[in-house]
Amino acid sequence: MTANEATVNQALASRFVDRAEASGLIDVAVTTMDSPIGTLLLMATRRGLVRVAFESENRDEVFGEVATNLSPRILEAPRRLDPVRRELDSYFSGRLQDFDLDLDWSLVGPFAQRVLRRTARIPYGSVASYGDVAHEIGSPRAARAVGNALGSNPIPVVVPCHRVVRTGGNIGGYGGGLPRKRWLLDLETS
Amino acid sequence: MSTVRPTQLPPFQRVFDDHSGAVLSFLLGAIGPSEAEDCFQETMLSALRAYPRLVDATNLRGWLFTIARRKVIDARRAMARRPTPIADPDPGAAPTAESDIDEGLWDDVRSLPVKQRRAVVLRFAGDRSYPEIAEAMSTTQDSARQSVHEGLKKLRRDRT
Repeated sequence: MTANEATVNQALASRFVDRAEASGLIDVAVTTMDSPIGTLLLMATRRGLVRVAFESENRDEVFGEVATNLSPRILEAPRRLDPVRRELDSYFSGRLQDFDLDLDWSLVGPFAQRVLRRTARIPYGSVASYGDVAHEIGSPRAARAVGNALGSNPIPVVVPCHRVVRTGGNIGGYGGGLPRKRWLLDLETS
Repeated sequence: MSTVRPTQLPPFQRVFDDHSGAVLSFLLGAIGPSEAEDCFQETMLSALRAYPRLVDATNLRGWLFTIARRKVIDARRAMARRPTPIADPDPGAAPTAESDIDEGLWDDVRSLPVKQRRAVVLRFAGDRSYPEIAEAMSTTQDSARQSVHEGLKKLRRDRT
């Protein structure tokens, strides 16, 4: 930025985003929202929600990963994420138990997709073990691989990997850090 | 020899954040406040459309300026076809953030020969370096420097 550079004001920038969206040129729309577990970064393709990132994740890395694996046509376009934000708000305030959102699994490999789709069916307020999920997807000896797949869940909270815990009371790991996992489990059992 | 990897393109939002101000400055200088905003939108939309196919991401600003330059040419052609004289003041035009810009000076800039005008605008409105100007104008650095020099000389002469 140099001293004599013109400022692109908010109105000019949002007019550009509106026109880009209307022309189908935004492959990945991005926005952020406040939540009880910190700011969430939300990304959606035209197919659906593709990425939810906690503030503990490096923003540049998240953008870079999506730019490389999906498309570099990434723009801050909050409107496309309105339904996602609404449902997450309701969920965090305890008014919503089941998300009804379109999801885009493009960032997930075939095995992890089996794991995460199964995980998405664990009901609100209950938990399953890594072994349970491994068993359910027909790979009973793959508990560790299941743990890895859950750890790299690109759509946490909405795909409730926090509902998978270790047998014996230990809540296991969480990509967003254990305090967030504990907070979500408490929310669902209160 | 290592395999050729596709260029890492930054998210377009970054490109917009880093360069849109310079593009707008360039357009304000090149075509004036009444047309600059349309050209700006057209430039950024064209850039976004072409972005995934961009092979060389080392000079994104230069790439945007090249697109902006084409949009200015298109806009001038469209203006030339318009029936009403463009020099007429537009009473409905809202004051822009650039109203403190010396419009008389920009009128003089716009009346420069095309090469000098581009070079002067890139240098002072766009704050571009000579290598960047040379690249944007597909010419040598010496020639870019020469065009800026001649343009400034003419401007000084016109204004005294």
